[in-house]
Amino acid sequence: MNLLARLTGGVPARSLWGLGLLFAFLLVAPALLGKYGLSVLILVLYFAYVGQAWNIMMGFAGQLSLGHALYAGLGGYIAAGLFFHYGIGPWAGVFVAVLAASAAGSVVGYLGFRFSLAGVYFALLTIAFSEFTRIAFDHWAWAGGSGGLFLKVDAGSDMLNLRGGPLLFYYVILALAVGAFILCRALLESRLGRYWLAIREDPEAAQAVGVPVLRCKMIAIVISAALTALAGVWNAFYYNNLFPETAFAMGRSIEFTLAPIIGGLGTLFGPIVGAVVLTGLGEIFTDLSEVFHVSGLKQIFYGLALLVIVMYRPAGVWPWIAERFGFGEKRQ
Amino acid sequence: MSGARLELDGIGKSFRGLRAVHDVSFDVPAGAINALIGPNGAGKTTIFNMIAGVYRPDAGSVRLDGRQISGLRPDLVCDAGVGRTFQIVKPFKGLSVLENVTVGALHRRPRLGEARAYAADILMQLGLHDRRHQAAESLTLPDRKRLEVARALATEPKLLLLDEVMAGLRPTEIDVMVSFLQDLNRRTGLTILLIEHVMRAVMALASNIVVVSYGEKIAEGTPAEIARHQAVLDVYLGEPEPA
Repeated sequence: MNLLARLTGGVPARSLWGLGLLFAFLLVAPALLGKYGLSVLILVLYFAYVGQAWNIMMGFAGQLSLGHALYAGLGGYIAAGLFFHYGIGPWAGVFVAVLAASAAGSVVGYLGFRFSLAGVYFALLTIAFSEFTRIAFDHWAWAGGSGGLFLKVDAGSDMLNLRGGPLLFYYVILALAVGAFILCRALLESRLGRYWLAIREDPEAAQAVGVPVLRCKMIAIVISAALTALAGVWNAFYYNNLFPETAFAMGRSIEFTLAPIIGGLGTLFGPIVGAVVLTGLGEIFTDLSEVFHVSGLKQIFYGLALLVIVMYRPAGVWPWIAERFGFGEKRQ
Repeated sequence: MSGARLELDGIGKSFRGLRAVHDVSFDVPAGAINALIGPNGAGKTTIFNMIAGVYRPDAGSVRLDGRQISGLRPDLVCDAGVGRTFQIVKPFKGLSVLENVTVGALHRRPRLGEARAYAADILMQLGLHDRRHQAAESLTLPDRKRLEVARALATEPKLLLLDEVMAGLRPTEIDVMVSFLQDLNRRTGLTILLIEHVMRAVMALASNIVVVSYGEKIAEGTPAEIARHQAVLDVYLGEPEPA
């Protein structure tokens, strides 16, 4: 009860109602939506979830990572590889996956933060790690090399091993998205969360009021990497295939960043709103591409959407909506 | 909250061979308000940064209540009981005034609710309470200076380092800040060391003044002694106008 009070403290009643309605809708959505609608909603939740994970680093602690595909890729490959080679299910493999991604995050974080790489230089480091991991996986036979790793498509349902239809994956990603949302809210309303915001705003001033800057940044990257690894595991079992070219692609890392940037960095709803906008409209453009036989309309749309946001709503779509409709959650 | 004794023992710092501070020693007794003055570029802020842990002294040591703090990281120096403000103010711009001070308060009060209540109390004392929900970046310069002081105080220091908090304030605002600091010092016994160019504030507050020039201590004494000290008049204060 105490925890619940802390999590909801200061949130306007209408926001809580809105949140409740949204959650209720998401619970019954599969019954309302067709197969296609469900597949789009799955993508929305996936991007909302990874966006939330990435937002912890950039939105909260102010550390720009453009290499988050590293953690998703590692997570996916490890869980899929363990299942493929040894029959170890993802329910167990996920722990190894999260551990490995956290370790990778610690290495990237320690190198970057210990030697005070900031901003763009830190971002370059994250890209470098993601890229050379991609090259390593290209040549690693256990992981299938550049030919990829394929899981047997199994129509049966085995929930523990993440074998099943879209419905299973829908509820798993919904649980992850809800969990990440609650976790982020709890983090923001804690000392650690406030320390992150302080570091984002001014690391030197933060340190002067007693914030252990290096430690806080390390915790941020480890949590963020661990959450991203979960998305990677989910993704690997949803699509049943993994290629280094896509799993560790720069493009994937950038995809992770779009929802929070467009929705609103450092806000809890930003990644969700951004994911709805991007995936919803992105799907429309994908369809248009097919109708008009012009490829890449979606990418052009992503680019334009970013441009418009950066120019006209640099704080993102959500803070603007929140202000107009009195939902109250501002960029902290 | 009570004051701690600060001892600087022969500290020095060079940057790429350029000697910024050389062999500076002085003490600030527990509960005292002392001032550090001198011309621009004399090394005052460098001395502060050595106390606050931003720079590690090349030579000498800094002790707080007898415990060596030089060489510690800034957050650990804060932990030891040193609060500091920045000459070029460094608010957490995107956060509200209250959240700014709450970050400081969280250092000794890990629960967010308690820290926020303590922060609100400090804002009340500094006359910023009405503005607590404003974003820090929307504050005027004098208010930002006050915010610096509030945030540093929220960490419950035993020694407060104030780096030109009077600069940019109007004379009446200076008087308010001076009486706030006097009152704070009287109530809590907090030791204060201030860098200041506003002599009106220095003379009103400091029981003892250390003067530095070109990185070296050239004089130390009571305000009355310093006002008559020939070397200080030569390099910094200038000759009094003939009557």
